[in-house]
Amino acid sequence: MTPQNPDSRARLGLRESATFDRTTIAAIQRAADTGIYDIRGWGAKRALPHFDDLLFLGASMSRYPLEGYRERCATDVVLGDRFAKHPLHLDIPVTIAGMSFGALSGPAKEALGRGASEVGTSTTTGDGGMTPEERGQSKTLVYQYLPSRYGMNPDDLRKADAIEIVLGQGAKPGGGGMLLGQKISERVAAMRTLPQGIDQRSACRHPDWTGPDDLTIKINELREITDWEKPIYVKVGASRVYYDVKLAVHAGADVVVVDGMQGGTAATQEVFIEHVGIPTLAAIPQAVQALQELGVHRPAAGGAADRKGVQLIVSGGIRNGADVAKALALGADAVGIGRLQGLALAAAGPEGVVHMLKLLENEVQCVLGNLGLTSYDQLGPEHIYMEPDTVNPPHKLSAFPLLEEGY
Amino acid sequence: MEQIVPATQFDLRDTPLRDVNAALHAPDLTGDFVVRHPAGAHNVAVGLDAPVTVTVDGHVGYYAAGMNQRADVVIHGNAGTGVAENMMSGTVWVKGDASQSAGATAHGGLLVIEGNAAARCGISMKGVDIVVGGSVGHMSAFMAQAGRLVVRGDAGEALGDSIYEARLYVRGDVASLGADCIAKPMDPEHHRELGELLKAAGFDDDDTSAYTRYGSARTLYHFHADNTSAY
Repeated sequence: MTPQNPDSRARLGLRESATFDRTTIAAIQRAADTGIYDIRGWGAKRALPHFDDLLFLGASMSRYPLEGYRERCATDVVLGDRFAKHPLHLDIPVTIAGMSFGALSGPAKEALGRGASEVGTSTTTGDGGMTPEERGQSKTLVYQYLPSRYGMNPDDLRKADAIEIVLGQGAKPGGGGMLLGQKISERVAAMRTLPQGIDQRSACRHPDWTGPDDLTIKINELREITDWEKPIYVKVGASRVYYDVKLAVHAGADVVVVDGMQGGTAATQEVFIEHVGIPTLAAIPQAVQALQELGVHRPAAGGAADRKGVQLIVSGGIRNGADVAKALALGADAVGIGRLQGLALAAAGPEGVVHMLKLLENEVQCVLGNLGLTSYDQLGPEHIYMEPDTVNPPHKLSAFPLLEEGY
Repeated sequence: MEQIVPATQFDLRDTPLRDVNAALHAPDLTGDFVVRHPAGAHNVAVGLDAPVTVTVDGHVGYYAAGMNQRADVVIHGNAGTGVAENMMSGTVWVKGDASQSAGATAHGGLLVIEGNAAARCGISMKGVDIVVGGSVGHMSAFMAQAGRLVVRGDAGEALGDSIYEARLYVRGDVASLGADCIAKPMDPEHHRELGELLKAAGFDDDDTSAYTRYGSARTLYHFHADNTSAY
């Protein structure tokens, strides 16, 4: 049947409503015309609670600030000192999150590695394996261990500085990656052992383990293979964050990475991007609560200097130094960025990545100084102001339950 | 006269697994090794990368010989989940049965399971050869990308679901085929290939014409989707 053209539809007299607005109507019509579903990249387009809803309480009478540009404050961070012989020491609390070779080109990966190395932080591989360019240019490289295991090679595992077991991604918790045919070049295909040019679905579930008990054994396998040298991260897409973080810690993770629903993706089903997972801002307090209850959240800052902590890396929608500082204030130890440096790279090449990372560090330092703090782990929820909502008073299902309890 | 060096023995009753694996990771390792009393331990002889032989004298738990490179590992017992997972080269030989996900994602080498293998045998296999003396469970060769899986017995439900370019040979019944997996003709090339695999696994006497070949219909290689470049 020939699809009706837009003019004839207009003659049907469709009037949009709040529920069926013109975008919704257009989507229904497109679905009817084509019978095919949407796959796209980037991230959630809907409005979500985000870091913009938080403000810093700058120093004034009751606190005094540091002299900006004169009194330095520390922004370095140690990741993975719980079990690993060689924890990572990053100069800034900002890491480059995992992105697949395929979604990104070789030169793009190389540029990110150069930029990150220059400012003293880490980059992360992604689906499709580790490229020599990326390893060569990244002083500190985190190797993702993914459900698909494309390009998964024990030699690369040994070359990595840390291993990140990926359970999910904020843009699509529970969903596997997708890489479309036009990106499956000869080299990408060879690295993944796939035919060139096919549309490709990565697995959404690890092939040889399910659940936290298996994960414990899997983490031990990776430790045994790498002689207990490397920190092991566990990355989850934000959904049941409180439980997932607790289970990851019990399974033996050195570092937990929580990726909120604003996180980007190269391609996935639209229905996942917009409707699955919870916002970054809602995820952080849950993760922090889980770590606090297990006694592994910043134990040194809490006075237990002899106890090893589990670090929390948060990602999903980080855009500037203020977002970084707010995430840290809520209890993250570091943040991961994806689209931010992708945009910088696209705008001004490797140089742009270095500029952007240096500005992030500068902004975090400015905020710390403004609050009168000398290191990031002094940042806490007490430095943050949230607009009180007199119409809807705080509720236990709020995105900020811990803030309301004074954390 | 060639000097005969006796095999190095490890007893997991009194040597921690961590020490055993560390010893098997020593640089430029050669020789023969025996691991006694594994008692179902997980992660036995993982991450080897040397031309050595390792004989495991008993049952093992998860991920035995995981990510093996170059070593020849023989397990005189049953193996738990993920035996020889992500193997790159060498051989892993299980004298008993194997649990789930045997040879998962393995890129190369030969995995022989003389008994049966449970569900998901050869899941996401990427070039390994697997020969199973008995039967395999459901979802075996799920998303299998490359390599060969030979099953001398029967296969459970959804064999080869979403398979790519791996080749499957099954002698017995297949409970059901997974999405995009179909039976294919046995050409001389396939008889030859199957014969070599059976021989390598010690099943020289099998008649290759009793086997059926399965592989991808390649109808799922392109999505039926829209907006793929919309950001």
